[in-house]
Amino acid sequence: MAEKEVKLMKGNEVIAHAAIRYGCDGYFGYPITPQSEVMETLMELKPWETTGMVVLQAESEVASINMVYGGAATGKRVMTSSSSPGVSLMSEGLSYLAGAELPCVVVNCQRGGPGLGTIQPSQGDYFQACKGGAHGDFHLIVLAPNSVQEMHDFVGLAFDLAFKYRNPAMILADGAIGQMMEKVVLAPQRARKTNEEIAEECKSWAIYGKPESRERNVVTSLELQSEVMEKINLRLQAKYKAMEDNEVRYEAIECDDAEYVIVAFGSSARICSATVEMARAEGIKLGLLRPITLYPFPKNPIRELAERGVKGFLSAELNAGQMVEDVRMAVNGMAPVEHYGRQGGMMFSPDEVLMALKEKLINKK
Amino acid sequence: MKETVIIAGFGGQGVLTMGKILAYSGVMQDFEVTWMPSYGPEMRGGTANVTVVLSDKPISSPIAHEFDVAVVLNQQSMEKFEAMVKPGGVLIYDTNGITRHPVRTDISVYTIDATAECARMGQAKLFNTMILGGYLKVRPVVKMENVMEGLKHTLPERAWKMLPQNEEAIHHGGEIIKQIR
Amino acid sequence: MAEVEIKQENMVYGKSKLMLPNVMHYCPGCSHGTVHKLVAEVIEEMGLEHDTIGVSPVGCSVFAYNYIDIDWAEAAHGRACAVATAVKRLHPEKMVFTYQGDGDLSAIGTGETIHAAARGENIVAVYINNAIYGMTGGQMAPTTLLGMKTATTPYGRDPKLNGYPYKIAQMLAHLDGVCYVTRQSVHTPANVRKCKKALRHAFENAMAGKGFSLVEVVSTCNSGWKLSPVASNEWLEKNMLPFYELGDLKDNKE
Repeated sequence: MAEKEVKLMKGNEVIAHAAIRYGCDGYFGYPITPQSEVMETLMELKPWETTGMVVLQAESEVASINMVYGGAATGKRVMTSSSSPGVSLMSEGLSYLAGAELPCVVVNCQRGGPGLGTIQPSQGDYFQACKGGAHGDFHLIVLAPNSVQEMHDFVGLAFDLAFKYRNPAMILADGAIGQMMEKVVLAPQRARKTNEEIAEECKSWAIYGKPESRERNVVTSLELQSEVMEKINLRLQAKYKAMEDNEVRYEAIECDDAEYVIVAFGSSARICSATVEMARAEGIKLGLLRPITLYPFPKNPIRELAERGVKGFLSAELNAGQMVEDVRMAVNGMAPVEHYGRQGGMMFSPDEVLMALKEKLINKK
Repeated sequence: MKETVIIAGFGGQGVLTMGKILAYSGVMQDFEVTWMPSYGPEMRGGTANVTVVLSDKPISSPIAHEFDVAVVLNQQSMEKFEAMVKPGGVLIYDTNGITRHPVRTDISVYTIDATAECARMGQAKLFNTMILGGYLKVRPVVKMENVMEGLKHTLPERAWKMLPQNEEAIHHGGEIIKQIR
Repeated sequence: MAEVEIKQENMVYGKSKLMLPNVMHYCPGCSHGTVHKLVAEVIEEMGLEHDTIGVSPVGCSVFAYNYIDIDWAEAAHGRACAVATAVKRLHPEKMVFTYQGDGDLSAIGTGETIHAAARGENIVAVYINNAIYGMTGGQMAPTTLLGMKTATTPYGRDPKLNGYPYKIAQMLAHLDGVCYVTRQSVHTPANVRKCKKALRHAFENAMAGKGFSLVEVVSTCNSGWKLSPVASNEWLEKNMLPFYELGDLKDNKE
């Protein structure tokens, strides 16, 4: 009936479909709530029979991220997914991937922590995702989907950005987005790259058996000479600067005339968009700035709002206050910046955020 | 049109599936929909609930603090969700196992004895579609043909032979639901 | 030094053309150089130089990629078998091997090793067992013999304090996914020749899709052992081989 394929799917299920549709070559994962549906769906869809995509259940997140390292080293489009404690186990591998400049996609369907924590939604891994999260100076590209459709679309976007910059990209979702069902339009099937295409596009770095036409490639993050290692670090930093200059993505809702602005990402931003509706109905000029890329962070759009005279910012996050630090740096003292959050897997409701806004900013003398 | 429904009961009653049928029915009617479950250990025998939002406009929050309709299928859910029905909203419940009945007078209250009816028919599997039928009788937000399409998309293909019985159960649910307040 | 031209008819021995002309960082007398040479020869003789991907470890042989002229990935410490798993799954027609020490393969990487083996990945793990951590300065390894002095067992390995050494080759031999487990050495010319045969057999297994092969090479670390190269070879024969007995532990024919 419809010309577009509209489906009702969970965020986690759609990650699996999107991986296949966007021509992913390999998925390596380990079960953990609340993201296990990703691998379950892939195993049910059996893409190795259709597109030739490899799907493998590893023995741990440590193994799965290192399988991603191996797969990415060959120039293939590979990915994994996990939830917070599993991503902590992957942090070593993420540092190596960033150090070796390998493109890959990692989905973190966050749950509450620290430690084993809870299996309910949280945004407590913002620091981990955006501030490196493992040893050494590096950044992941971090995308924050706020809907099932974005869960789908960002798989494609994350692969594109990962290959553009030869850098790991993370989709920072949470249990709510992963478990929620919404309508989604699936992308048309994109063909996987052939070995010949990969050999052409990635010949300067990828390993797939050294042809006579080139020198051997070595994928490594090791360099024992400090002078050379510093040059590598500077090159990485230049790459991150280019990401900051070119890849900032955000959505501004009702910000044009806003006197107050909520900054929120992912599932929180969904909830806060209802807060904006409620506030506007009461005559409060409230806007919402939703970072889509958490790294690179949209600091300029926030700074511009502060310069324009916004009276206060509320960073609404499902954590104890993490992104608020980046908002404060962007605002740079021009206006008060407050944080409102719930933790431990609890989610706030739109009216709760509105109450916090009034208490912390509007009615504060 | 925007309808925010919570369906709450025990894991195993088909609460999440009922929500999915409703959500898929909404998709068939070109509504925007969200289906937000409680998930985790609850799935294995404890309480389970799902919030379904149907709207003709984009849905901002999939999380709600008050509901147009609460469909309550056990006592724990009654304790939690009776208070969260909007004034003027609807509470539907199966009296089976309910020891403390709802007390609010600012909402419409319906009962549907689907547990007893399914037991009488020897068809426990039709419980959730019967409840859904009761809900749709009170809140005809989606057309029956779209409900049947939604049902078809929700059930695995091997269960399609049960579609006529489920359709019958939906109609029957509409017949046995009673307004008590 | 002037280049000397060697006539083909006078040639009695040449190193594999896959051995790069880089000066090795290994200590004189170390077994790594010999095993590298054997691996290079096997790859060349099988005609796989354009179809082989090596995965190097963390440890002394982290720089294996500087010596053999093939594509390499350098893995995080212990993770080589996981890295190799993905490379092989995505390139099933290629030859994929790991080259790991005893700290890498059988301490920090035990999990990755055992599970790659259990899954029957069609890869080869070349396992250099010198009973010590060489790169970090001679600390105790899981393979360190009882009574053996290392930087972290200065009074000798005491099982009450430090636990017992273990033989991962024996453990792997029990796994259904494993087709070939052998323990070799390179401390005499005869053992070098046997070791090369074992490597060739393992590489052939991987290309034939028979499953996981482990080639353990009981090796010397004269720096870590604080012995001369010659004395190290003698010490290996006297102390290592009684515990780490040489020979095939498993060889599935079909």
